Amino acid sequence: MPQRSDPCRDVTPDFRAALAGGPVPGCVTASDPDEIARRFAVYRNNVAHSLREALARRFPAVRRLVGTEFFAAMAAEFIAAHPPRTPVLQDWGDAFATFLDGFPPVATLPYLGDVARIEWARGRAYHAADATALPTDRLTDAEPLRLHPSLRLVPLSHPAVAIWRANQPGRDGKPRAIGPQIALIWRRPDFDVSVEAISPADASLVHALMAGRPLAVAGLLTDPVPMLTLLLRDGLICEHENSPER
Amino acid sequence: MPLPAQAGLGFKPQHFPAIRDIKPDLGFFEVHAENYMGDGGAPHAMLSALRQDYAISIHGVGLSIGGPTLDPAHLARVRALCDRYQPDSFSEHLAWSSHGAEYLNDLLPLPYTGATLDRVCDHVDRVQEVLGRRLLLENPATYVIFAQSEMPETEFLSRIARRTGCGLLLDVNNVFVSCVNHRADPLAWLDDFPLDLVEEIHLGGHDEEELPSGPLLIDSHGAEVAQPVWALYAEVLDRAGALPTLVEWDNDVPEWPVLHAEAARAAAMIADRRQHAAAQ
Repeated sequence: MPQRSDPCRDVTPDFRAALAGGPVPGCVTASDPDEIARRFAVYRNNVAHSLREALARRFPAVRRLVGTEFFAAMAAEFIAAHPPRTPVLQDWGDAFATFLDGFPPVATLPYLGDVARIEWARGRAYHAADATALPTDRLTDAEPLRLHPSLRLVPLSHPAVAIWRANQPGRDGKPRAIGPQIALIWRRPDFDVSVEAISPADASLVHALMAGRPLAVAGLLTDPVPMLTLLLRDGLICEHENSPER
Repeated sequence: MPLPAQAGLGFKPQHFPAIRDIKPDLGFFEVHAENYMGDGGAPHAMLSALRQDYAISIHGVGLSIGGPTLDPAHLARVRALCDRYQPDSFSEHLAWSSHGAEYLNDLLPLPYTGATLDRVCDHVDRVQEVLGRRLLLENPATYVIFAQSEMPETEFLSRIARRTGCGLLLDVNNVFVSCVNHRADPLAWLDDFPLDLVEEIHLGGHDEEELPSGPLLIDSHGAEVAQPVWALYAEVLDRAGALPTLVEWDNDVPEWPVLHAEAARAAAMIADRRQHAAAQ
């Protein structure tokens, strides 16, 4: 697209700098010029508040763990370092878990990044593509099995599934597990997203199936029946698409 | 097909069960485009179900039409959404919301000059071309003005619509908020605005702060529509006739009955206006 020369200069760079705390651009004015700072602050607050709230909606357990006030300050640091690069805010925030791992003020909460990993994966599962469940009687001739696009395996260094669960609304915040966990995250047919800690053997089964291994091979290390039962119950073994993604 | 000249509501997922059970008598539902850009899941299931029973308006907040450049990737997403749902209307804002690749998540103001007019018209042309449909452009709520502006907002919007063939979305709350903030008369603003090009109306709530020179209103979409905004809406209906009218409530969203009551109030005013027109 041809760029026309702009005799009044593009206001957006100075305006953007002022949103981040720089001086209000000279071209910005008001009916009462003494009030420009107060008026410009509305834009500053809108940008900061709306992004902070978007992050909080995405990571509610992280917010509960650190408290609303601390979360707001931490969110401001994250937003400055990793602003959204898309107007589709559900696609923003994948860097939050790693940011928390390296954020010194939360060094005493080393599991916070893992809780964020669970919440990020839940959001991805919520918005993942739809797929039709495979009828059970076709299981044997449908290999390699196609698992539901919402299904995610999230290895965690901390008992973060327990911590996440204990910090859901109505829970007491006290986790009952220790040690690393592996989270299985999936969207149920009613569109709610489930999070369960699974054993390393079950995780390797799911991992092998995700990689397209045949069931006979994937199930060598463990009894595959309990995991397959879960996968079938929630429609997580799916019809192949007409044009396979692989 | 244009939206029906009835009251509509901004759709919130938490109201889906109530809407499904009650099937309220509303002209349309409006959704924010950017909330339906995932691949699947509940958002698309709900919007598909709504589409069966209601006219749908898709309202974009992220195209940054008033900014220096349009993001072709985002425009392609909007197009895919419009292709999928075939909405009865697509609208966007006279504002910018991105700086380079960075998305600021607010509707930011622009100066009204010949140069910005050319740029906005280019962007509106491009959007209409890619979507293969007309766009409705919404007047903003503003808190500051620009020294270099060469024309009033009403003239700026009017010239965009006449040059590009786009329609206008008149946000009555934004008119009130901006006029109070800039110590101007909302009725005079309406006098200068091309009401014949308006195809949809928005109503929403605002917050109020106090400055030394008087009130500063903030477009919050977090409260009931204020009394003077209803009065201004009645004036718009008198002048322009019945128009599709959306009540927006995006923050601190109330229970369904409270939101529905706001739409019912707009519906009653539209019905009054129709009766009045029929009697004349």
